[in-house]
Amino acid sequence: MSRITRRRALGVAASAAAGLAAGRALTAPAQAVAAPAHLGAGPETFDEIVMGRRIQGGPSHGDGHHGGHGAEHGSGYSVRIDGEELHVMRNADGTWISVINHYEPLATPRAVARAAVRELQGAPLVPVATA
Amino acid sequence: MTVRKNQAQLTATEKRRFVDALLELKRTGQYDTFVTTHNAFIMSDTDNGDRVGHRSPSFLPWHRRFLLQFEQALQAVDPAVALPYWDWTVARTPRASLWAPDFLGGTGRARDGQVMDGPFARTGNRWTISVRVDGRDYLRRALGAGGRQLPTRAEVDSVLAMETYDMPPWNSASDGFRNHLEGWRGANLHNRVHVWVGGHMATGASPNDPVFWLHHAFIDKLWADWQARHPRSTYLPAAGTPDVVDLNDTMRPWNDVTPADMLDHTRHYTYDTAA
Repeated sequence: MSRITRRRALGVAASAAAGLAAGRALTAPAQAVAAPAHLGAGPETFDEIVMGRRIQGGPSHGDGHHGGHGAEHGSGYSVRIDGEELHVMRNADGTWISVINHYEPLATPRAVARAAVRELQGAPLVPVATA
Repeated sequence: MTVRKNQAQLTATEKRRFVDALLELKRTGQYDTFVTTHNAFIMSDTDNGDRVGHRSPSFLPWHRRFLLQFEQALQAVDPAVALPYWDWTVARTPRASLWAPDFLGGTGRARDGQVMDGPFARTGNRWTISVRVDGRDYLRRALGAGGRQLPTRAEVDSVLAMETYDMPPWNSASDGFRNHLEGWRGANLHNRVHVWVGGHMATGASPNDPVFWLHHAFIDKLWADWQARHPRSTYLPAAGTPDVVDLNDTMRPWNDVTPADMLDHTRHYTYDTAA
């Protein structure tokens, strides 16, 4: 699953780079400029099963019922565990943390998602509850 | 005047009264409002946006004010109680008296990380985790898991030696005392202790574990120690910094207190040792 995802991500990066090259020759279309900036700032898209749980990461579009925590922080990236959003944040040096591991930066959102799965020990992720 | 003591020096009676006051704040629901506030700030403080409680110069005055408010809530329950501090350079193993059943209880069991002894064990029915990011309602810890080590006194001293309070870009990438104490850079003091305790302490809802207050009381003391070592250094930045709390800017959520107001802790409490 992750191989397919990686190939898809590479495909997007390649076409974005082509757009940028064309943009230099002509007048850059808005999305051709925006796309590489977005990909350059954000990490890979992923979708895999870890310890029996589905973890997904990719650019957030600010839609959906979760309201886009990622967009709230300007990270433009969201991570989900079994469909529930894991609040993640990007540090200035490019490392990442999540609400589950908020004091231990890891290299990528995928590493953060995997660490969260280990930490959850099978428990469901829930929106911050204040019962 | 409130005197904050090293937790290792507390009498049995002082421990009991501190624990009882914590349990009473929990029972009335006041405790969880502090957890909610902390989590809200930790989720919204960002390196390239508005930042107040963490990853910014106001990390230290914000937590000083936060602890004062919490200590005042404890004292409304029992006026004799003061926040103790945990010097993790000395009490640095899971066998420290801090983690005994008559105080905070020990580490979590292997199966699910659940703390099984002490006043805050779920089985005692007085410490249910309500403000949480996952389905589990019991306090969790994994003290020193994976062979992690708490910071040493030498590492603390190397950070206290830094003369400049904070530096641009005023976030987790900064050089200077504040960010090295917070731990995003260098030896890593404050952040590493959260990770060493594990469980809830490693999450945005870290005040769910009462050790949060003892950890931050020691971080607060290290700020006071730093001030004593560098009397000519002060809080930075002074003014006009976007997204950052300058010396005389008010801090959310109180909006009536500035870093300048928080520089002198002796207006509110003293420590059991000279800085």
